[in-house]
Amino acid sequence: MKNVIEQLINGLSTGSIYALIALGYTMVYGIARMINFAHGDIIMVGAYALYVGVSLMNLPIAAAILLSIIVCAVLGITVEKVAYKPLRKAPPLAVLITAIGVSFLLQNLALLIFKATPIPFQSVIQVPSVSIGGITISGVTIVTLVMTLISMVILTLFINQTRAGSAMRAVSEDKGAAELMGINVNRTISQTFAIGSVLAAIAGILYICQYQSLRPTLGALPGIKAFVAAVLGGIGNVPGAMLGGIVLGLIESIAKAYISTELSDAIVFGVLVVVLLVRPSGLLGKLKNEKV
Amino acid sequence: MKKLLSMLLIAAMVLSMTACSSGTDAADDSSDAAAAEEGDTAEDAAEGSAEGGTFVIGGLGPLTGDAASYGISVMQGGQIAVDEINAAGGVQVGDATYMLELNFADDEASEDTVITAYNSLMDSGINALMGAVTSGACLAVIEQSSQDGILQITPSGSALGCTEYDNTFRLCFTDPLQGTTLADYAVDNLGASKIAVIYNNADEYSTGIMEAFVEEAEAKGAEIVANEAFVTGDVDFRTQLTSIKATDAELICVPAYYQDATYITQQAKDLEMDIPFIGSDGWDGVLGTVTDVTTVEGAVFLSPFLASDPAVADFVEAYEAAYNATPDQFAADGYDTVYVIKAAMEQAGSIESADLIAAMTEIQVDGVTGSVTFDATGEPNKAAKFVKIVNGEYTAME
Amino acid sequence: MKVDKKIIVRVLAIVLSYALITFLLRMGLLNRQYTALLIPIGVNIMLAVSLNLVTGFLGELSLGHAGFMSIGAYAGALFSLHVEMPALPSILLAMVIGGVTAAVFGFLIGVPVLRLRGDYLAIVTLAFGEIIKSVLNALSFTNGARGLSKIPLNANYEHYTIVFIAVVITVLVIANVVDSRHGRAVCSVRDNYIAAESVGIHVSRFKILAFVIGAFFAGVAGAIYAHNVGIIKPTTFDYNQSIEILVIVVLGGMGSIKGSIIAAIILTALPEVLRGADDMRMLLYSIALIAMILINQSGFKEKLLERFHSGKKQKAGE
Repeated sequence: MKNVIEQLINGLSTGSIYALIALGYTMVYGIARMINFAHGDIIMVGAYALYVGVSLMNLPIAAAILLSIIVCAVLGITVEKVAYKPLRKAPPLAVLITAIGVSFLLQNLALLIFKATPIPFQSVIQVPSVSIGGITISGVTIVTLVMTLISMVILTLFINQTRAGSAMRAVSEDKGAAELMGINVNRTISQTFAIGSVLAAIAGILYICQYQSLRPTLGALPGIKAFVAAVLGGIGNVPGAMLGGIVLGLIESIAKAYISTELSDAIVFGVLVVVLLVRPSGLLGKLKNEKV
Repeated sequence: MKKLLSMLLIAAMVLSMTACSSGTDAADDSSDAAAAEEGDTAEDAAEGSAEGGTFVIGGLGPLTGDAASYGISVMQGGQIAVDEINAAGGVQVGDATYMLELNFADDEASEDTVITAYNSLMDSGINALMGAVTSGACLAVIEQSSQDGILQITPSGSALGCTEYDNTFRLCFTDPLQGTTLADYAVDNLGASKIAVIYNNADEYSTGIMEAFVEEAEAKGAEIVANEAFVTGDVDFRTQLTSIKATDAELICVPAYYQDATYITQQAKDLEMDIPFIGSDGWDGVLGTVTDVTTVEGAVFLSPFLASDPAVADFVEAYEAAYNATPDQFAADGYDTVYVIKAAMEQAGSIESADLIAAMTEIQVDGVTGSVTFDATGEPNKAAKFVKIVNGEYTAME
Repeated sequence: MKVDKKIIVRVLAIVLSYALITFLLRMGLLNRQYTALLIPIGVNIMLAVSLNLVTGFLGELSLGHAGFMSIGAYAGALFSLHVEMPALPSILLAMVIGGVTAAVFGFLIGVPVLRLRGDYLAIVTLAFGEIIKSVLNALSFTNGARGLSKIPLNANYEHYTIVFIAVVITVLVIANVVDSRHGRAVCSVRDNYIAAESVGIHVSRFKILAFVIGAFFAGVAGAIYAHNVGIIKPTTFDYNQSIEILVIVVLGGMGSIKGSIIAAIILTALPEVLRGADDMRMLLYSIALIAMILINQSGFKEKLLERFHSGKKQKAGE
């Protein structure tokens, strides 16, 4: 039994990272209506930015974190302006392909600059682990969970309570109508990408504090899995993303421990397929009819 | 438009007819003609001058992509050896003296790229082949090299099939041999009776070692209490480690690369596990990627080469001067491979591929990865060396 | 009359290119490096043209094309490894088995997946590609991570005629599917699903048909790949491989078979020219991918063309 609980804790620690990434995914998808394939790679950029700040520029940790967040926010806005904005009226296929292109571009730039060999990175979070009845939860996991929870609450409040948030909801409902209501659609979408990228930066920072190592492809798989989490929770739904991330982490951990390690990825992706085919709106999402 | 097309068609017919007629003349040797011609020109050029000439060693390995560091190391190690030999006056083969040249092509560690890379080397004319660095690429290229009959030595391709043909040799241990050696060491020297294994199920190297390790360890009476798999790219090993934690394992065997070992040892410490590790030669370099050296303290792994060993100081110094980096085992493998080729040339007294291959079983080379001889199957005979991490340093074990 | 001309041009192109390859090979004008490229070029043409059917004509992004390729490669290779037969019937059967197996999986995956559209379809095909890779890795008869080796090289450059015929069949079949009444109808309304259904076109049924045909030829290409390289591993057919095929399709022009063929030839030969700069190559691909879409889709090209045409008209007017 103790072992099962320990495995669930393991699931919680990966799940909390998925949840944090999924928040950014769901936000961008919910409002801009596109899968930002590059989201995972913005996490990678955030991680490398922190590394550059801490290890190469010897900045204080708070400044390095700020640097990482700013770099990601600027990158997110730039990518949106250059690669996605001109395609607002193009078919979704075109946007998807450029998103894949951006993802590859970022990965290969990182590969050229930092090489494929993993770079070790000492965690900047010094929180002691907590032990309850012989079961240990690491400090980083606790911080990640708390950060995800805080991000979720702030994001929900922001979207529901502020003017910019209502603008985002309006754009998500109907771009044309939002424009007619005097909402600056381009600025709203820029803001969405900036916020999504800030979340990605935070995820990147927590990710390398958890795994203590950087490589150019570090964001790719977590990015895709976080997308699965966002779909599982109901895409566009902020609390759903958090729930989906944690459920996915638990599923993955249980699958690895008690079914088959080698098939755990297949099981995770199987979850995606099943959810999309059986309940495309996810756990918490509302079903939407396609408009003619 | 029509005119142009019909002209083209006529031209094509004429061409294909001439092609057919020339094809029937040379029907038998046409398929090998290109290969033989290219090989010959290099040799002719070499034999043409009385003083010898240039002996070109082709190299194949990844210079780009995820596995780039292995190929680059082999290339640089080989280059150090080539420069040393040339500076000392080249290789004496019978009456002639040959200068060495290394022509290294990027195979991206991919099974299809390696074939065109190999063929481009053959086009440019090579006398012997060092490579391929990675097992998969090596397995793909031996089919071709055996048809060409060229001497091929892989510095680091450890899959069993890499030495399948008469012309193919290897410098490193095979995966199964590593597994067996590790199991012997674990049971006989470390006295482990309950062992856990974590291996990469998506990697032939890791899987190959694991299978031999488990078989040998069980034959020796040890119990494998947990056999956990992961796949390439995994960074979270907590689940596997937690499963191992629930057993009474005394030792964890990790036949994998240092990147994986870094995550595994780190997370084992996070989970407050205090079980010693034993690893395969892929662990070399692990001190460069861990953030906390105490996580790997006491770990033992197989390694043919230890840069801090005084016996290899000259090589390490030359390498550091040239590349501003400490050589790893791949660099050492590349360095030794070039010396093996040199020894084969001297022994054969000829640079004909067949003579070189025949000479391989008659030579002994004292290299930086130890003293080595080769048997007719292409396998090396050399002693296993273990390295232990003591006080955050690699330390040779007797 | 117009149709006849089309056929003549096609036949000519086929005969000419075959004669050219034969001539170059027989005369020994191709060095070994370029000879070794012949089959990979053929394989990439088949992959690109078959992906183009799904992505270019149906307008659905499939990110799991390498998965179908791997199924074909494994099925064909397993057949050759276990059934002793002379080279020619063996490779032909291996190709058919590879294609049919991939097509069966294409059908099983396509039926549920094609109910989805756009983003979701893309991500689910990606998921299936990864699932196929994981399963190949976990099965014992596929030899797990080590994959299959010692596959007879029945489709290497010495057997270029077989591969050439396979490429020709792929291109002709797919061109005909596109040109068929249903094909044109689907193309013309691919962006408006509901409109198409309402005028009585079975979009779903045609989509599944196209998806299965695409999978079939990807499978055949996989079988050829396996019998050219002689060794296959699950990791060979990863997400990156799917993206490389996509790059060929996009650079060749989505919906253009001719473009796919030309892009496949160039992008297969290019790495040989840029050997040693593979990191750069992927970087260039990604930039080319973004630039290509931006130029084609953002209205930039229309503006340029407009200016060009108006300039031409003015000149004509003078």
